[in-house]
Amino acid sequence: MARRKKRKEIFALGNEAVVEGALLAGCSFYGGYPITPSSEIMEIMASKLPQTDDGVFIQMEDEIASMGAIIGASLAGRKVLTATSGPGFSLKQENLGYAVMAETPLVLVNVMRGGLSTGLPTCPGQGDVQQARWGTHGDHPIIVLSASNVQECLDMTITAFNMAEKYRTPVILLLDEITAHTREKIEIPYEGEFEVFSRTIPSMPPEWYKPYEETVRGVPPMPPIGSGYRFHVTGLTHDRNGFPTQRPEEVVELMDRLHRKIDQFFYDIQLVEEIQTEDADTVVIAYGCVARSAELAVQQARANGIKAGLLKLKTLFPYPRRQQEKIMANAKTIIVPELNMGQMSREVKRVNQGRASVRTINRIDGQIITPSEILKVIMQG
Amino acid sequence: MKSQQVLQRFEIRFSGLGGQGIITLGKVMGQGLAIGHGYNVTQTQSYGPEARGGSSKCDLVISSSPISYPKAESLDVLVALSQEACNTYYPYLKPGGALVIESDLVKQPPTNQFLGLPYTRLAKDKVGIAQAMNTVVLGSLSHLLPFINQKTMRKSLEAVLPEKIRAVNAKAFNLGLRLAKKEWGDDVGAVWEKE
Repeated sequence: MARRKKRKEIFALGNEAVVEGALLAGCSFYGGYPITPSSEIMEIMASKLPQTDDGVFIQMEDEIASMGAIIGASLAGRKVLTATSGPGFSLKQENLGYAVMAETPLVLVNVMRGGLSTGLPTCPGQGDVQQARWGTHGDHPIIVLSASNVQECLDMTITAFNMAEKYRTPVILLLDEITAHTREKIEIPYEGEFEVFSRTIPSMPPEWYKPYEETVRGVPPMPPIGSGYRFHVTGLTHDRNGFPTQRPEEVVELMDRLHRKIDQFFYDIQLVEEIQTEDADTVVIAYGCVARSAELAVQQARANGIKAGLLKLKTLFPYPRRQQEKIMANAKTIIVPELNMGQMSREVKRVNQGRASVRTINRIDGQIITPSEILKVIMQG
Repeated sequence: MKSQQVLQRFEIRFSGLGGQGIITLGKVMGQGLAIGHGYNVTQTQSYGPEARGGSSKCDLVISSSPISYPKAESLDVLVALSQEACNTYYPYLKPGGALVIESDLVKQPPTNQFLGLPYTRLAKDKVGIAQAMNTVVLGSLSHLLPFINQKTMRKSLEAVLPEKIRAVNAKAFNLGLRLAKKEWGDDVGAVWEKE
């Protein structure tokens, strides 16, 4: 084998890493509206995308329109990205549902800030977790990922694009102000070192093409608009040809397939990182910036002779149920620290079913949960 | 090159007013330590929603091993460029940590063990523009901290800055370095030498 190429190292913000990841994954369209603390993603995209071969950057009049823009670009065959924060995330929900229904691949980055409404624009929060899952109306499947350090911002952005393309679905990447505004040294992988997945395009002649046909994976092939294949795109419940229907058997077929295409690939989608969980009787389950505090707290607890471990969630939804059940074989106490009033601890408790004792640490004052706060609860057992 | 000093979570906090260039200072120093020196560095920031005025803070954690918690908890060095920042963050300074202040703006230091230079005045009088103040601070810290290689730091300062302000900042960096040596003495950073 040839000598391994040296990876390029940069000292970058989490937001910069998202852009690097998006470009590596093949993103060629960004439509957005700036908002603190996600603005750097848009700023850097505005300077970098036009330098690529076919990159298009567009600032829309608001978040609703920027979702519309990226859905359109995605249907035209582009890999697309938009980024926002709390207030903008609320506005994006309507078109997000449309994208789920129309099975449009896209990546939506939400850099969570503190508080509700305009809240604490420059402070971290994790209050949009359940909104990411259930924000758009209707009973819909969705993939929600998160990242806790700058390298992960890059890696998870690539993963988000791959999942969006693989499963023809919107993917939400939840960051928080601290992760997005931390600078760290990261390694940029070289081409060929990581997998890049692009949507399947139909192989049959255009006249045989049925846009929403049942397939084994549940993911129908997707041609770009203008390539000779005709299809109708609608937010109404549609049949295999893409036209509105109210016939119960066709409705249930569509809804089943939408859920099945995500659910049946749980082993590919549910990503976690386990740190010293093999023998742990106290496990911290955390995600985002808080997972870093938890990591230090776990190290300190181990130094004090306590068998502590950390289950870091990289996929938030569909919730990594199997992985939690695995650690519950030993764990007597589960601690869930998060920057909200307990949105993820709900999922933990649902899976736990009263077996281990679940302790929560909640902080909503716009400050991060410190390692010593978590350590204190670990020591209490 | 001399072998690199091993560090376990060395924490520096830059604090002051919005507009003083505090986050830029942290970014430049972080870049120099991470890329130039090869340490693991995290730089985090917190600031108010205002564009100017208000408070601003930037934490650097430097370590030879991977860093989990990215914020500073007990400070080895506190750089306070305003009285308010000095009052707020002084309690977080480790026993034996160094307090570096802007001696014109911090009129009432909470202790008599501090290192001070009138950074803003120096930048205005000797460099010509007050905005170069943060680079003067960087220069003086490059003298204070024994694990910083001054040549490497100067090089990465040049790499980060755009062409047109490079000369001014090189001058400011040297000024900080020279004055720190003169005012604080040659072995001011000796406490961290062997850690």
